[in-house]
Amino acid sequence: MSINLEPEDARILLSIENLRVRIAGVDVVDGVSLSARQGSILAIVGESGCGKSLTALSILRLLPGAARMAEGEIHVGDIRLSTLDGKGLEAVRGNVASIIFQEPIASLNPLMRVGAQVEEALTLHRGVSGAEAYRQAVAMLAQVGIADAERRANQFPFELSGGMCQRVMIAAALICRPRLLIADEPTTALDVTIQAQILDLMKHLRDEVGTTIVLITHDMGVVAEMADEVAVMYGGRVVECGPVDMIFDAPAHPYTRLLLATVPKLDGDRKSLLRTIEGTVPGADAWPEGCRFRNRCPLASEICGTRPPLAPVDSVGHMAACWHSSQVGELA
Amino acid sequence: MNMPGAPLLSVRNLRVHFPVRDKPGSLVKAVDGISFDIEAGRTVALVGESGCGKSTTAYAIIGFEPVTSGTILFAGRDITHLGKRERRALASEMQIVFQDPSAALNPKMTIGESIAEPLIIQRKTSAERQRRVAELLELVGLPPAYRDRTPNALSGGQRQRVVIARALALSPKLLVLDEPVSALDVSIRSQILNLLMELQRELGLSYLFISHDLSVVRHLADDVIVMYLGTVSEHGETGALFREPRHPYTEALISAIPIPDPRAQRKRDRIILSGDLPSPLNPPPGCPFVGRCPIRIDPCSLTRPALVPVPTGTEVACLVRAPATPRPTLCEVAVPLR
Repeated sequence: MSINLEPEDARILLSIENLRVRIAGVDVVDGVSLSARQGSILAIVGESGCGKSLTALSILRLLPGAARMAEGEIHVGDIRLSTLDGKGLEAVRGNVASIIFQEPIASLNPLMRVGAQVEEALTLHRGVSGAEAYRQAVAMLAQVGIADAERRANQFPFELSGGMCQRVMIAAALICRPRLLIADEPTTALDVTIQAQILDLMKHLRDEVGTTIVLITHDMGVVAEMADEVAVMYGGRVVECGPVDMIFDAPAHPYTRLLLATVPKLDGDRKSLLRTIEGTVPGADAWPEGCRFRNRCPLASEICGTRPPLAPVDSVGHMAACWHSSQVGELA
Repeated sequence: MNMPGAPLLSVRNLRVHFPVRDKPGSLVKAVDGISFDIEAGRTVALVGESGCGKSTTAYAIIGFEPVTSGTILFAGRDITHLGKRERRALASEMQIVFQDPSAALNPKMTIGESIAEPLIIQRKTSAERQRRVAELLELVGLPPAYRDRTPNALSGGQRQRVVIARALALSPKLLVLDEPVSALDVSIRSQILNLLMELQRELGLSYLFISHDLSVVRHLADDVIVMYLGTVSEHGETGALFREPRHPYTEALISAIPIPDPRAQRKRDRIILSGDLPSPLNPPPGCPFVGRCPIRIDPCSLTRPALVPVPTGTEVACLVRAPATPRPTLCEVAVPLR
């Protein structure tokens, strides 16, 4: 099938509208709307159980069996992913949009040479096979920074380090030059020096190829390094979103503000007691009515029992879902 | 036994080598000659990438791995090769806390039973155990009623509190903390880090702190040991080491930390190391870091550098940054006259 990639608004590549993902009757993703501009990096940040990975999986309709997309519209370019059937999805995955995961070794087939795994999408989507596919796969492996790519292409995943396996995953994800790369905690399982390499590689791909990247992470440092736009999720909802500098300079949701304050700074006082967020991250079955952060929030008041809307804060594109967002700056 | 003035823990030239199955004569040198002290009430951090030998070092100290050579002194007493019975007795002096509290607790035991187990092994009476469990729950900030719950009713952070309480049951002097917050949610980590700092202040505990998170290490540790391929690259007081790292590997590690400040991040000069940690099975003969080092010189692949004190206050194993003997002057290396 041919895919026309010219969207109506050429600037927005990915748009998610009012996404609801339901597991056992609970909306674990509860009305999420997000968009990413062409060639930008959108970071979705949050803790375990906040719904960030399910949101990412929904884009390519890869939700696990127990989860069901109950509502929502997802567009990549002018492709409406939310209604595509199996064949249509196959034509998109690995072609127009690709995804990589946290554990590269778990995503690769242990019995297949890595070169052949990179070739697969090329054969499937472009009809390229044999020597030409091999040539392109080796070139792609070299492009993602694998030294001695020809030899590596003939090796199996167990012969490669974790960082190299993640490069192979990225090569396989990018071989068909997708417009969108979804990276779900791509460096969480890697050491910091290898993380720096992979993040650097992803930035290069964005700059040189123009790939739009959706980066899922729990690490505010990675967000600061990579993102143009940030969406902070808590309890299945986006609680704050906006340009990266606004999110870090003037967070307008207490959760964002406190999360940033709990992390020890490289230039801060040593040995001092750190800022804490009271309580624990509640499971989806224990989310409070209204604002889901209110049990842990120092600003909470009665009105927080009703759901705060995601509303503009102070500048174009910066939004927060908090009744007290004007007071967040006072939280030291 | 306790010698006055001696450090609580003293590790000298520790080596832990493993034979390789199917390759007779081959050795993985997981830890290859490291030395350090931990004074009472202080925190020493081991940092480095996976495979650098930081956990193996800790396991050798706690007695999980046999020591190939070197000595480990605890309060002046040689504990390098203790028998089973003596090791068990030593459990009241040193304990370990692991990364994943869910894997460290028996899901079928109540919190109270888990915390009391070391007390049973040390033959405390039931009344003593009851009292101690109550004390410990309060110490780690858990409500008394949690005694009768099972781990599945607790969050990750609460479980790690239980694991810490159990480790403290016998009032040890040294805690080995192996990535104690890495498995916890970000918003919970600072609670546990604060608890560890408060416990140290209150009880005078010593910590051997293993972490890959350098921001956390900088915050908690008094001294830092940077390990690479089983050896020490740099060792020194935390402030000095972070202010002015001298080993190129330390520099790279610190510069690789993503800092949560986009403006500062854009201004930073990052050192991005190429390649991976080499296999400890075939370590290069010279400096273990030579293959990835941005400032290497020819002798680095031949001579293994010793730790040498540098003016900025740390000890550094680097022929370029901390030459053991004065570097040859320009005339000595100049081309000889024909």
